[in-house]
Amino acid sequence: MAIAKREPADSGYDLGPQEFSGSQMIWESFLREGVHVVFGHPGGAILPAYDALAEYEADGRIHHVLVRHEQCAAHMADGFARATGQVGVCIVTSGPGATNLVTGLATAQMDSVPVVAITGQVPTNLLGTDAFQESDVVGVTQPVCKHNYLVTDIAELPLVMKEAFYIAREGRPGVVLVDICKDVQNEIGTFRYDFDINLPGFEPWPEYSKEAVQEAADLLNEAERPLILAGHGIHLSNTSEELLQLVEKAGIPVVTTLLGTGNIPETHPLSLGMGGMHGEAFANRAVQGCDVLLAMGMRFDDRITGRLDRFAADAKIIHFELDRAEVGKNIVPDVAVVGDLAETLPAYLPLIEDRRHKEWVDTLNEWRGETEEADIIQFEVEELIPPYVIRQLWHATEKTDKRVIVVTDVGQHQMWESQYYIHEQAGMLLTSGGLGTMGYALPAALGAQMSDPEALVWCVAGDGGFQMTLQELATIQQEKMPVKIAIINNGFLGMVRQWQQIFYDKRYVGTPILSPDYVKLAGAYDIPGAVVSHPSEVVPVLELAHATEGPFLVDFQVKEEVNVYPMVAPGAAVDELIRRPKPGMVQGYSGVQPSW
Amino acid sequence: MQYTLVAWMRDKPGVLNRVSGMLRRRNFNIDSLQVSHSETPGISRMTFVVDGDERVADQVVKQLRKVVDVTAVEDITNRLAILRELALIRVRTTPETRSEIMQFAEIYRAQIVDVNSENLVVQAVGTEDKVDSLIELLRPFGIDEMVRTGRVALCRGDERPRRKKQPTSIFKAAASLNGSLHGDDE
Ligand SMILES: Cc1ncc(C[n+]2csc(CCOP(=O)(O)OP(=O)(O)O)c2C)c(N)n1
Ligand SMILES: [Mg+2]
Repeated sequence: MAIAKREPADSGYDLGPQEFSGSQMIWESFLREGVHVVFGHPGGAILPAYDALAEYEADGRIHHVLVRHEQCAAHMADGFARATGQVGVCIVTSGPGATNLVTGLATAQMDSVPVVAITGQVPTNLLGTDAFQESDVVGVTQPVCKHNYLVTDIAELPLVMKEAFYIAREGRPGVVLVDICKDVQNEIGTFRYDFDINLPGFEPWPEYSKEAVQEAADLLNEAERPLILAGHGIHLSNTSEELLQLVEKAGIPVVTTLLGTGNIPETHPLSLGMGGMHGEAFANRAVQGCDVLLAMGMRFDDRITGRLDRFAADAKIIHFELDRAEVGKNIVPDVAVVGDLAETLPAYLPLIEDRRHKEWVDTLNEWRGETEEADIIQFEVEELIPPYVIRQLWHATEKTDKRVIVVTDVGQHQMWESQYYIHEQAGMLLTSGGLGTMGYALPAALGAQMSDPEALVWCVAGDGGFQMTLQELATIQQEKMPVKIAIINNGFLGMVRQWQQIFYDKRYVGTPILSPDYVKLAGAYDIPGAVVSHPSEVVPVLELAHATEGPFLVDFQVKEEVNVYPMVAPGAAVDELIRRPKPGMVQGYSGVQPSW
Repeated sequence: MQYTLVAWMRDKPGVLNRVSGMLRRRNFNIDSLQVSHSETPGISRMTFVVDGDERVADQVVKQLRKVVDVTAVEDITNRLAILRELALIRVRTTPETRSEIMQFAEIYRAQIVDVNSENLVVQAVGTEDKVDSLIELLRPFGIDEMVRTGRVALCRGDERPRRKKQPTSIFKAAASLNGSLHGDDE
């Protein structure tokens, strides 16, 4: 039998054989997988399943959230999954419904988020005939899925549903899509869930090697300038605690990836925050200057490594990773420990010596001091600048007893959030790291909120990305969910404008963007809101947002041409960075003049 | 250099597509890919010839193993193996050239499997090198049509893939990889 580590608790439902329609089987398997919220949009080919849903909605076993665009069904399932660690589920119709899903599925898959997507398909007798609303969904989504299925026979449906959840959830999580022909939904068959999964080649939980762990310990124990680079895997394996123990025992500073944000509290003296393209100079210099780099649950994405052949060039590299294929993909480590961090980290800890590395840490702190001195956030600024908004958002949310979840979109505001919000925990920031999908924040925030209506969920989006999925304001209102929305409105597709400024001689082509009156827009959905354009208004508006019971939208009309620094140009080594200039000073890199 | 990989997979609709799609998407250079039945009903066998260095071959093996329907993968490059390809070559003939062509075929232990007044079909079986060199010999006579299967491979006696944990890669990290580069399903 295949190993399952993340199986949901016993649902209490009968697992033995019962007669059900294909449609009922979909919902019945959800119940057995502990799924009670699904995000979807109906249409012809999935109508039988929706019809069957009536019975499950009536008694509250399943709640269906009607999205306004299928892309957002996938993002909501993704947000739900990231916030809970459970599989998120979405369900849509064939053809356009299914193709609309693709961006959302790719987003989740790139960030190892467990999602199961159900799509209706034309009846089996019409397959391959270019029937109305037919598309080759398995073909289209194959490259963005961990696995996918086309179901043409009701006898296979229970097996496929159980396998789908198993594959999505076990090992490195990912997306599984199940495309179900309409006639299969209508047929009656035998449903059961009391069988074991048998997938001979699928190895979600490789066994780790003790020798490798020992080798990795020996290497670390000898290090003079060790550094940890911690990624999403820490959060996925729920090993923040163990990581912190390792950090404190061995006195090792930590840099995180974007998705590793909060792996150790960012207030911790050994936390250097995020590294890579918009990481702090001291974090990147630490990466370049360390002699042993301990990479944990991360995949050496180009946004963190910069130029590969100059990445941590003097360091021996130890790679702890669950997915064997990530070992040696971008970086060939000196020691690799393949396995579940929840096993390998506890095995590693006792082998690690107590150390302090004072000289190394002092050097890093010196660098950190220089950076902090020059940081805009230390200065009174007359204009409303995004770092200030973000820092105040942190102050405001810090005061609440509620669970705080921040969901960012993609662009400058996303980087500012990661720099100026102080994350105390892994998993409090949800963001699209791998695919970098604009439009992610609003639906993902709603997905997260659906999993925990009591949580304080902030959607932080740019004026560009927000306009990609703003139709979901209606879904937020229909669900009566208290999502708080901050639009960092800079009049531009800011991150692209920044690249145009730096690499394309300030030719702002296709980046100035008009916005509607967001407060009026929110008003049209009966969502209250406010505009803010001066620093003095930021704190009061955040207080108002928190005091308001339901959703609230704030349009932060910030200074337009502000850049995110530091910045590592694509293809450059991570220590060749454009430093953050002191306010008012003209400083920089290859003649570039930052605007503040 | 060329690596020979063998993969076994559940014989499901679309599995070839899954595998070839992954290879394309990951930008691997595949010189040949051949699919057939294996000794086990329901399990297909694919033979790949991968062009690249050891790191590329290692990545192909690992990425293949991530395809859910793939049950096992072996890199048999460094094993003693029988590597074969079959080619059918239709060569133009004249009464003057026919016997010369047949002689060449004989030297290569190839068979003549079809003859008419204008051409004949040579069936060659051997390593790709051998097939290549026969083709070069026949080319001046005029090749009208040709088909080649791509490499198939079977390890010799003791070298039979055991499909057990058995790391064979010598690349830097491999020694510390736990588990193996190969399937562990039996
Ligand atoms: C769907 C999608 N299209 C295009 C891009 C490229 N892109 C990255 S950041 C960005 C600008 C985002 O602008 P905005 O949402 O206003 O955020 P800002 O950078 O101004 O904070 C664009 C267009 C993307 N990441 N995603
Ligand atoms: Mg913007």
